[in-house]
Amino acid sequence: MEAYFDNSATTRVFDSVKDIVVKTMTEDYGNAAAKHTMGVKAEQYIREARSVIAKSLKVQEKEILFTSGGSESNNTALIGAAMANRRRGNHIITTNVEHSSVYNTLGFLEEEGFEITYLPVDGQGRISLQELRESLRPETVLVSVMYVNNEVGAVEPVEEIGKLIKEHQPQVLFHVDAIQAYGKYEIRPVRQKIDLLSVSGHKIHGPKGVGFLYIRDKVKIKPLIYGGGQQAGLRSGTENVPGVAGLGAAVREIYTDHREKMDGLYELKDYLMTRIQEVEGCTVNSQPGRESAPQIVSISFEGVRSEVLLHALEEKGIYVSSGSACSSSHPGISGTLKGIGVRQDLLDATLRFSFGMFNKKEEIDYAVEALKELLPVLRRYRRG
Amino acid sequence: MLYQSFLIKYAEIGTKGKNRYLFEDALMKQIRHALKEVEGSFTVTKEIGRIYVKADGEYEYDDVIEALKRVFGIAWICPMFQTAERDFESVKRELVDYVRQVYPSGNLTFKVDSRRADKAYPLTSEEMNRELGEAVLDAYPEMKVDVHHPQVMLRVEVRTAVNLYSQMIPGPGGMPVGTNGKAMLLLSGGIDSPVAGYMIAKRGVKIEAVYFHAPPYTSERAKQKVVDLAKLVSRYSGPIRLHIVNFTDIQLYIYEQCPHEELTIIMRRYMMRIAQMIGEETECLALITGESIGQVASQTVQSLAATNEVCTMPVFRPVIGFDKQEIVDIAEKIDTYETSIQPYEDCCTIFVAKHPVTKPNPKVIRRSEEKLQEKIGEMVETAVKERETVMCR
Repeated sequence: MEAYFDNSATTRVFDSVKDIVVKTMTEDYGNAAAKHTMGVKAEQYIREARSVIAKSLKVQEKEILFTSGGSESNNTALIGAAMANRRRGNHIITTNVEHSSVYNTLGFLEEEGFEITYLPVDGQGRISLQELRESLRPETVLVSVMYVNNEVGAVEPVEEIGKLIKEHQPQVLFHVDAIQAYGKYEIRPVRQKIDLLSVSGHKIHGPKGVGFLYIRDKVKIKPLIYGGGQQAGLRSGTENVPGVAGLGAAVREIYTDHREKMDGLYELKDYLMTRIQEVEGCTVNSQPGRESAPQIVSISFEGVRSEVLLHALEEKGIYVSSGSACSSSHPGISGTLKGIGVRQDLLDATLRFSFGMFNKKEEIDYAVEALKELLPVLRRYRRG
Repeated sequence: MLYQSFLIKYAEIGTKGKNRYLFEDALMKQIRHALKEVEGSFTVTKEIGRIYVKADGEYEYDDVIEALKRVFGIAWICPMFQTAERDFESVKRELVDYVRQVYPSGNLTFKVDSRRADKAYPLTSEEMNRELGEAVLDAYPEMKVDVHHPQVMLRVEVRTAVNLYSQMIPGPGGMPVGTNGKAMLLLSGGIDSPVAGYMIAKRGVKIEAVYFHAPPYTSERAKQKVVDLAKLVSRYSGPIRLHIVNFTDIQLYIYEQCPHEELTIIMRRYMMRIAQMIGEETECLALITGESIGQVASQTVQSLAATNEVCTMPVFRPVIGFDKQEIVDIAEKIDTYETSIQPYEDCCTIFVAKHPVTKPNPKVIRRSEEKLQEKIGEMVETAVKERETVMCR
């Protein structure tokens, strides 16, 4: 049996996505900017995807900018907004549990003269609204918060944050990294007061190399990529028709019978969290049920190095990720696990199980049985 | 393209008497192999005491030099002009033309150094030097002769053809790979063992390699790293066959049966035994390790002796007396350093005791190994039999 539980890293594409990607690569392969019929046909795919995506967020079609994925969306949002507003101020607020594509981009802006405030999170991975309010300054231009944390699945109170910002300083832009949230939640940028929202295609069973950035109408940002002036000059470069069409198909499918789909994910999550109690020496770091994201369960295993356990599971066809270390190397910033107060000795003993539309309950049974078998063996060989 | 041909000088193999042709042929083979990577087409030929590389048409000069600098056995690489017309007037004309093309700015001190392999040539070397020097001075009055410390030594060799050259680029030295048998390198993911392999290959020894991996304690990426390192070394040594041995069961068995502070020593003894078994099977005559005295607990002289005890083949340890920095310098030169420092753990770093023995007593170690008697023979046999092999080139 195989069990792919690394869907927060990437997903297998839906068949509908595969079909449209193949079609736009082999039949309707025109350049969307070409004047002839082939071009018009290609452009239709982009219009279609744009429309599906806009509807999924209840926003206008012109507010969607296609990018090469999550990292580019985050870079464009942060650098683009900071540069466009640099005359108004140089202060940016974020959290200390962000993804590296936010961290390192803000690091770049820091070198460019911006000042960054990193807000800590509580044991559930959430920032404090009061602290946020106290951090706002007259020179603040941007607040950037992730919607769903990629390591433990914590959900930030996005709507409250949006409302708080606009209540106190309406000119401050609000960016949300929704890469682990889009497709899982019904996101409403208008109601939630979000100005910029980053999304990646391959986390929702779409293709790699494509994503989008929602940019609220009237919000000005500076482009990162210059050239032929595609996408209203905000991102030049021949449009990635297969990628965008595939992304559109993924969005359409994930948001069809969406509630049922999410119920299915929560069921998997609850099931794993229940069954894992049968396994000795495990601590679940994610919040139960609807208190955190449906697809992510972070579990620490006492006395085993996560990398060793990961490889042992891999031999049984079970794929998970360790990846707690990646965000712990930023000076002044702790990784999410540290941030939510995971014990020091468990930081390096933590695995992330993340679910997608193709997972089944039996796979969880299989994984739990595998853990029961492997852990006692692996725990016999400790360092030192 | 300034040069169409290169004169390859070799040092030590010139002294190998009747076996010389074997060494020359091996060197030619290695040169051809190295030039396969380079844009262009080349012919490699030999004449007594000389090997020539000729480019047929367009080629990348810098890439040729880089490739030749990795061929062991080459002492000097000399880009040259070669002319088949041997009459003295032609030689004069050719040399003047050489100076014009290679030293267009002129204004240098020079000396002509002529050699005749063909003693029937109408002029003596002395006469040639004088007349060729005059011809150069006539053509370029701003140049001056300096017989003691010339800036440019214009070398003229009269053989079946005439060779003109003045630049000599140092090669790596050593002996052509394939002229000194074959040895088995114990390759880990570290800095030292690739350097050790490089150094022994430099003496003309063909290399096989063995790597011990311990899934799930070591990752696929650690294995890939070793394959990458073998590929980097193979740019000098020629293709390396890498034997990947699954060491997990043996390691766990030792862990269970033996005192933990002896773990590393016993483990290394089994690595040596297995390397030797595979070596015998593949016609290797020696083992190679990257050990250096005192670097870690398992490399004290006592530990080395305890490890060495199980080997019947000679063990070459070319970096034995080197400081870490000296090894790093070579690793950087041969471009293995950056790959070596990728942070993937190997089986030696995962199963390590807090306080390993630094002065193992062979008697004690032997007694500990007796505790393994029941299963170890079979385990070693399985590990050897079920090894994976990868050709690294």
